[in-house]
Amino acid sequence: MTIQFNDETFHGDFTFKNSEWAIKRFPFPFHEDSYMYSVNMEPHKSYRPGSVFERTFDVDEHYVSEMRDRARVLANDPLRCQSLPHMTLAGWDLVELIMEAKAAEYPDLFELHKEGNRWRWVNKPLGIDDTFTFLDESTLPYGPMEYITRQTQGDFAVLDQRDDNLWMDAGMVTTQADWSLDFDIGMNFFEWHAPVPKAHEMGIFVRALKFLLNIQQGQPARRLNWTMTVNPLLDTSPENYHKWGVMKQGLTMENIGEKQHLRVELQTFFRLPRSNALVFPIRCYLISFNDLVTVPKWARRLHRVIRDLPEELAAYKGFIDNRPLMVEWLSQFDDGSPTSDGIWPDDN
Amino acid sequence: MSAGTAKLNVTVAEVKPVNDLVTRFKFVRTGGGDLPTFSGGAHTVVEMQDGDITRLNAYSLMSNPADRGAYTISVRRDDQGRGGSRFMHGRVKEGMEMVISNPVNLFSLDLRAKKHLMLAGGIGITPFMAQMHQLAMMGGHFELHYAVRTASLGTYAKELSERYPGKVHIYHDDQNEAIDLKTLLANQPLGTHVYVCGPKGMINWVHSTAGEMGWPREAVHSEEFLAPASGKPFEVKCAVSNKIVQVGEHQSLLEALEAAGIDAPYLCRGGACGQCETNVIGYDGKFLHYDHWLTDEQKAGGKHIMPCVSRFEGKTLVLDR
Repeated sequence: MTIQFNDETFHGDFTFKNSEWAIKRFPFPFHEDSYMYSVNMEPHKSYRPGSVFERTFDVDEHYVSEMRDRARVLANDPLRCQSLPHMTLAGWDLVELIMEAKAAEYPDLFELHKEGNRWRWVNKPLGIDDTFTFLDESTLPYGPMEYITRQTQGDFAVLDQRDDNLWMDAGMVTTQADWSLDFDIGMNFFEWHAPVPKAHEMGIFVRALKFLLNIQQGQPARRLNWTMTVNPLLDTSPENYHKWGVMKQGLTMENIGEKQHLRVELQTFFRLPRSNALVFPIRCYLISFNDLVTVPKWARRLHRVIRDLPEELAAYKGFIDNRPLMVEWLSQFDDGSPTSDGIWPDDN
Repeated sequence: MSAGTAKLNVTVAEVKPVNDLVTRFKFVRTGGGDLPTFSGGAHTVVEMQDGDITRLNAYSLMSNPADRGAYTISVRRDDQGRGGSRFMHGRVKEGMEMVISNPVNLFSLDLRAKKHLMLAGGIGITPFMAQMHQLAMMGGHFELHYAVRTASLGTYAKELSERYPGKVHIYHDDQNEAIDLKTLLANQPLGTHVYVCGPKGMINWVHSTAGEMGWPREAVHSEEFLAPASGKPFEVKCAVSNKIVQVGEHQSLLEALEAAGIDAPYLCRGGACGQCETNVIGYDGKFLHYDHWLTDEQKAGGKHIMPCVSRFEGKTLVLDR
């Protein structure tokens, strides 16, 4: 297999780590030295070989461990995966989308063999070799959405489209930045975005919804979003806030480089063909401050972005208390020189 | 977003006259291979190269959505129309290579419905054919009421009655048969959704009758693609691209923009989807709004126009394109 999979944890002893390869391809989200909300959508096309934008669904060195973490979270709380009855067809759409894409783009890791509706799916990294009947739930160990998303990195919001709105009627959500599927299920686009400050008055959501309603088959889109997390936690759910909220305390100049992580979501948007639903895969990438500052451009830029971020955004993203320390630590790596446009590291 | 949708290269595999007005076309992927799956109610935009003119018309996909081997559409000839349907009937032959768009669905089933009640008028039958395939496959509960002018113009009426026994009801205008809508609606189980596709009058009748009977707005669905209206030629200034564009008598504003090389998005080209909505920067004259998309308030406001179907009469019109 072409990818060396890490054996690592995202809780307890937190042995998560990024290799040099993973650092170099990290989706750094800031294309300039300041940040404000924008719809910032672009076509989800293959871009920059080796980057996380190259494949339809990125598979990296964290795959096997992330799937183990998902199974652990689900065992503790099965409500992280839910699908209202009318969304089963969308689940099958997702099975087809992911299996076809992964088999085509990672032939050494995944295989899909079809004989009519009789499908055989081979997932080598996870040691799975299943034969099932497409569109027959009784032939899978879980519902179709749960089956495939237990094998795919990132959260999945599966949205029904009706009445010119989008409804969060199914999902697999175990790596979220402090939101809850169990709370949001059945809500529409405006309802589940209600807590986001500033964006409403900027009219962002009306424009974003209009864009999303018009996402077409064969033309997926993507955007990056970000927040901060102390310790490499994938599961920062509101249900478990009592466990991870306290971890935000006790940061020092000595431990912040190791403990503080930038958390980036690669959000993609696909129209599903049979159900006409939309799926938003939300893939979470974590990088420690120590690893991030190995790229000088990112170190300088992150310092400026965090320093100048409006108060309410730092509060909404949950790091306002730690911001002075973050800025102080990051300032060591900012010599004031200019940064180049765009998100990629400067070529050496 | 650039104009239009992702394209598919297809070859015409079959051209089959169905009756005096309707011809059926079957497309397969050029060079072989599967076409994308679609959902019942979806349409495709067919590109027609008619001399110097590229005609783009949306047609509902009527084949089984699970069949990725071919797409099928039915085109009703409109001799008074602008030429798209005549091109399809007269010029499209088996073996011809064409370009169509990826499927787009503006008329999808509400999969929460306990029952799907479908009301079709004339060529409005086509989206329901794909939806019935899909529902039959999923074991969904549906019923079709289909009004046709005469038995001989009852496109697919016989075939559908045979395929879905007991679920299909045909009404012939020439025998004074009519859908008894009030009784029909009054006898539906809770959780029924109504879908209507046909002439404008029929769509309005279903919406207003259902509304008067207390049906929730979200439970009544309709689709009608409008043909772009002809009208007096007019001139448009495009502020972004800095071009002056002439719109001909039988040309839509959208077509004129495209012919001038101006990037103008679209999905349905029939006044329904909202994708081509364009901001008006300035005008001196009168808008002829024909679309379903803008609200009456927006239409009166003079700040927006849907170039796929709407026109303008007057001295100056400046658009944000």
